[in-house]
Amino acid sequence: MSGAPLSGPSQAEAALAAKTVRGGWLLSLPALVLLAVAAVGPLLIMVVYSFLLPGEYGNVEWGFSFDAWTGILFTRDVFDDTLRLEDAHLSILLRSVNLSLLTTIFTFAVGFPTAWFIATRPQRQRALWLFLITIPFWTNLLIRTLAINEIIRAEGLLNNILIGLGLIDQPLQIIYTDTAVFIGMTYVYLPLMVLPLFAAIDRFDMRLLEAGYDLYATRFQVLRRIIVPVVKPGIIAGSILVFVPALGAYVTPRILGGGKQMMIGNFIELQFGQGRNWPLGAALSVTLLVIVTAALLVYVRFANREVRHG
Amino acid sequence: MARPISHLPGFTPIAMAVFAALYLPLVILVFYSFNAGEDLAHWEGFGLHWFAKAWENDQVKDSTIRSLWLAAVAAVISTVVATMAALGTTRRARFKGQTFIYVMINQPLMVPEIVTAVALLIFFAWFKVTLGYQGMGYLVLAHSAFCIPFAYLPIRARLESMDLTLETAAADLYATPFATFRRVTFPLLLPGILAGMMLAFVTSLDDVVITVFVKSAGQDTLPTYMLGQIRRQVSTEVYAISTMLLGLTVVMLVAFMALTRKKD
Repeated sequence: MSGAPLSGPSQAEAALAAKTVRGGWLLSLPALVLLAVAAVGPLLIMVVYSFLLPGEYGNVEWGFSFDAWTGILFTRDVFDDTLRLEDAHLSILLRSVNLSLLTTIFTFAVGFPTAWFIATRPQRQRALWLFLITIPFWTNLLIRTLAINEIIRAEGLLNNILIGLGLIDQPLQIIYTDTAVFIGMTYVYLPLMVLPLFAAIDRFDMRLLEAGYDLYATRFQVLRRIIVPVVKPGIIAGSILVFVPALGAYVTPRILGGGKQMMIGNFIELQFGQGRNWPLGAALSVTLLVIVTAALLVYVRFANREVRHG
Repeated sequence: MARPISHLPGFTPIAMAVFAALYLPLVILVFYSFNAGEDLAHWEGFGLHWFAKAWENDQVKDSTIRSLWLAAVAAVISTVVATMAALGTTRRARFKGQTFIYVMINQPLMVPEIVTAVALLIFFAWFKVTLGYQGMGYLVLAHSAFCIPFAYLPIRARLESMDLTLETAAADLYATPFATFRRVTFPLLLPGILAGMMLAFVTSLDDVVITVFVKSAGQDTLPTYMLGQIRRQVSTEVYAISTMLLGLTVVMLVAFMALTRKKD
């Protein structure tokens, strides 16, 4: 990670090396303190809260309990105190995972050709196409969700076109359905798939294709046996960059799902609002964090293996 | 590099469709924000009516000022600490704990926003009760923290592309470490610092989720004001605000590109 010394050793450089460790820590300290106070520390406190009892008007009562954790999937029967699977919770968790996976697969399906297209443009044009992907990436998520909402709402462009073409005579009810959330998430997370894919394809040596075709490989074989294995790190990076925020999505399902088609993010918020069950909200957040961390660890392992063998 | 050999059938049409699908919704949103009519659903000619209306709305004005103030403060704080951290973690021999520092700095990129938001709500609720302090400090802290990786990455990239020759030369000429930094390192690093500050500014300006959970009553930023409006009813006023924010984002991005462009 550190740059290799380019000039010969000098007094200053020797001094620099000696001061490296202490200086490195000292200079990083303010950032570390800020992150500990306003990012990492609170996460640890949240873990503690997941083992407490819910307060009557929100917040918590101090007392140890596993209830929040069992409450993620189970509900305690009022009469005989047995645990039953809570279908409503289960369906929210499954919907979140399903929609996030679908979004990841679909953004890859259309993102890969897009990244390929950009990477194979002449140098000058490439920056422009890349810039066109970057603008939506940096545009406020809320604005992008509103924009897609405008397209798919009952009186929106999509329905007007379909009616105009005579394909349907009643507007399709897309908004406030899982389909709307899926379309919305695909729209807002697409740049996160295209950018790492582009970075991987950009480094791809096109001479490998020549070699493949010279050996009588078909286009599909070249795609499957040469391109995909080589750009795999980019595919995995893109998939994780889409899957992780999709799984924790809050704004997009809130607006396009209309509060009924909840995902984990909205379900967590509910516990801190009307639900008044902070420990359950904390337990759900920790669960989400564990899933995301697991996905990232898989990525790190894979990326390291690629580097060693590649 | 555009060799015909890289051609794969069907890829170009899909890419074109993707670009169209990315931009059409934004274009329509901007287009409708110039609607002269009262009703969102019907186009009644071009007008700046909704921009004027948004401008006259005190809530919009307040939340705009709050958003810009917060983004500016958070950008400055996060850029200062990120610059120091970047200087501490690049161009020196690898040291034990460096990975820990990387993980800490990039942590806001890895943890879902909703999780951070909830954790901060829990943490700050405790302070709000015991200290009785309800001010902007919480938002400043939260925003400064999650902006750090966005400021750090371009600064680090710039540092890694700078070799040590000039600084060693300065040191060999008996410049003090501080003089070397002020006269040599800092001027060379400045484009990276400005780029990082811009990304941090845009990141803070865009945030919805963490702000919603951390803010106290009467501390709406522009995005949380918009979210509140959308919950009731999507209005053309929100489109007008969106158009203005979109314009600001594009301006910042062009400036960012100009700062980070490789001169070759």
